[in-house]
Amino acid sequence: MVDIPLDQVAGIPPAEVGEVELYHPRSWWTRYVFSQDAKVIAVQYSITAMSIGMVALVLSWLMRLQLGFPGTFSFIDSNQYLQFITMHGMIMVIYLLTALFLGGFGNYLIPLMVGARDMVFPYVNMLSYWVYLLAVLVLAATFFVPGGPTGAGWTLYPPQAILSGTPGQDWGIVFMLASLILFIIGFTMGGLNYVVTVLQARTRGMTLMRMPLTVWGIFTATVMALLAFPALFVASVMLLLDRLLGTSFFMPTLVEMGQLSKYGGGSPILFQHLFWFFGHPEVYIVALPAFGIISDLISTHARKNIFGYRMMVWAIVAIGALSFVVWAHHMYVSGMHPYFGFFFATTTLIIAIPTAIKVYNWVLTLWRGDIHLTVPMLFALGFIVTFVNGGLTGLFLGNVVVDVPLSDTMFVVAHFHMVMGIAPIMAVFGGIYHWYPKVTGRMLNDLLGKFHFWVTFIGAYAVFFPMHYLGLLGMPRRYHDIGETSFVPASAHDLNAFMSVAALIVGFAQLVFLFNLVWSLFKGKEAGGNPWGATSLEWQTPETPPGHGNWGKELPVVYRWAYDYSVPGAARDFVPQNEPPSGVVAQGAHP
Amino acid sequence: MAETTLMQPKAAPGTIPGLRGIAADWASDQRAFKNVSWGKAMMWIFLLSDTFIFSCFLLSYMTARMSTTVPWPNPSEVFALNIGSKHIPLILIAIMTFVLISSSGTMAMAVNFGYRHDRVRTAALMLATAAFGATFVGMQAFEWTKLIMEGVRPWGNPWGAPQFGACFFMITGFHGTHVTIGVIFLIAIARKVLRGDFDRERRGFFTSRKGYYEIVEITGLYWHFVDLVWVFIFAFFYLW
Repeated sequence: MVDIPLDQVAGIPPAEVGEVELYHPRSWWTRYVFSQDAKVIAVQYSITAMSIGMVALVLSWLMRLQLGFPGTFSFIDSNQYLQFITMHGMIMVIYLLTALFLGGFGNYLIPLMVGARDMVFPYVNMLSYWVYLLAVLVLAATFFVPGGPTGAGWTLYPPQAILSGTPGQDWGIVFMLASLILFIIGFTMGGLNYVVTVLQARTRGMTLMRMPLTVWGIFTATVMALLAFPALFVASVMLLLDRLLGTSFFMPTLVEMGQLSKYGGGSPILFQHLFWFFGHPEVYIVALPAFGIISDLISTHARKNIFGYRMMVWAIVAIGALSFVVWAHHMYVSGMHPYFGFFFATTTLIIAIPTAIKVYNWVLTLWRGDIHLTVPMLFALGFIVTFVNGGLTGLFLGNVVVDVPLSDTMFVVAHFHMVMGIAPIMAVFGGIYHWYPKVTGRMLNDLLGKFHFWVTFIGAYAVFFPMHYLGLLGMPRRYHDIGETSFVPASAHDLNAFMSVAALIVGFAQLVFLFNLVWSLFKGKEAGGNPWGATSLEWQTPETPPGHGNWGKELPVVYRWAYDYSVPGAARDFVPQNEPPSGVVAQGAHP
Repeated sequence: MAETTLMQPKAAPGTIPGLRGIAADWASDQRAFKNVSWGKAMMWIFLLSDTFIFSCFLLSYMTARMSTTVPWPNPSEVFALNIGSKHIPLILIAIMTFVLISSSGTMAMAVNFGYRHDRVRTAALMLATAAFGATFVGMQAFEWTKLIMEGVRPWGNPWGAPQFGACFFMITGFHGTHVTIGVIFLIAIARKVLRGDFDRERRGFFTSRKGYYEIVEITGLYWHFVDLVWVFIFAFFYLW
């Protein structure tokens, strides 16, 4: 499919928006530190997110050590274990994945892919990063306050989140909530930029239906985040008031340490509704950018146009919309009205349809493609496998009757790690291997990359596949030490030890990746402008890495969609989006 | 360069009316909202996001009020004032609402004069709007003081459900913060208007971008939104 009718009939429409003058940095500080260039901000976001992500990775090692070899490590007590769980979850979901996909990939790719010079409000964009950094610092500070970070679990459910039995009740929970509020403020500033840039600042010829799916994924995820984060904002404010002022929004009348607490009349379920009204869209906020990135990686590295582009776009939009009406499937055992469960199970299963469309389309894109098993492609394939795996267990957990016995077991842990832990991180890695040459001008080392992929992929399965079995046995999650129980056989403990060793190996493979990032920056192979032979605009910049303002004097003009790979009769096996139609010989000219 | 096209957009040639026009705009290149500048689009999307914040606050309040087992204090009594030996329910809120709605009127006039590049009148009307807003916040402070003197606290009150004080201080406080931020912005923009920044295309201190009279309208969007939110708070908190 060569998509050129608009231009051939009417010609490319004239520019509707005049050139906007960019802020030009005058010193080292404004060029690299307080920079208003989206590309620099993207790198800042990425480095900050990956740094705090390393903390969460180390926390997961500590948890696995405790689970695999209970009683061996005396420095991990039950309170610390809960704190590790909480911080690991919160950091990974919000401060790593959300920030990396939207702040990192979004900032770098949106202006380049839609043919803009920068985000529409560079100054607000810069503020967004610095508020995010502040949020990360406040979060990291909880490790050093008296009492340590909160151990309430990443969902921060009241009443236990602010009662005195929970670790981090003094300062940890306060800092955590303050950090979340800051994160949301910072994200809103960035998110408005991403949305307006996509809607209002595309280059000539770039219609919405010609955008690469990466932009569609990030755009839809950002819209969702702008509508879902308010619920978390409100929940955080109210929980903070409960903790600091003694209000009772979420706190029922209860006995604490043998004494009637000062609280009374609040609704813990209300917090769960607010939290999951944010929490479920959040799953798709990290999944949709991954969907988009994977679509582009597969198409580029299989040298084949994406199968069913329009369906892919509408599936992204449909998933985004549906994800706002499924939140209470996290709450089947919360004590809410059982009829709600019926409704939410139905909507949850409906969301499987657009998701399945996407998976089929990825597979059909691969079908008879010219598959290059490059490192980004390997990660893309790994994403599809892990995502399908996690999605299928999601069908189990989406049904009330199956969910009730599986609730709060290791099965749930295995499910969400597969579907929104491993799968999105595969997309992150694939994306980094794919776009690193554009960001730095050098290729990442291929051998180290393949090592990284295989250890991560096989290792992730070694960790999380047996975990499903443990969950089916009934092993509960969030337990510091399972102890001797009749329903958990001794072999399960051996399995736990095996998983812990695998987790450590996977963790150390990430150090290889970090080494690769730094080493290739100096010693990597020169990449050139378009090492993968890709069609989308970011690979057509006059300079690599792209200079300030992205495009030389003239903005690019777009003539086609982003997936013209292996077009019959074309001179090369890809046709860049900004190549005029005359470059394509009419179909059928060569047999 | 041709920046005026950005800020004062002309209708794109061949604009199609109705739903087909919307579809055509969204199917086109460059911009989905054809005659909307970046700043205005951003404000609209921000307000959409802010709507969700206020909706969550109000829904939480309604949940608390409907699920409490203790009687909810009667708002007509709680928010009544004794003026000259007369007991008038909701009188202060009525005045506050009137003041805020009036400020929307002066704001709309300011936008009108802004587009006529009438510096003095625009600035005067914006300052009048800011004064109305400040009056509103002042009366809110009075109301808070009165309730606090009567013993209302975030964790309890003499008349019933403790969530009454919690919801009241949280929601009106969050709205009052919005009004205060609006007042600050109004004064800052009015100063720029009066100084002629938008006639001389003087660059902003932080953003180093040129300003345009459209910023008056964008500030107005925010202001009208804050007013609209008050109408809902008024209805759900005071009239229920």
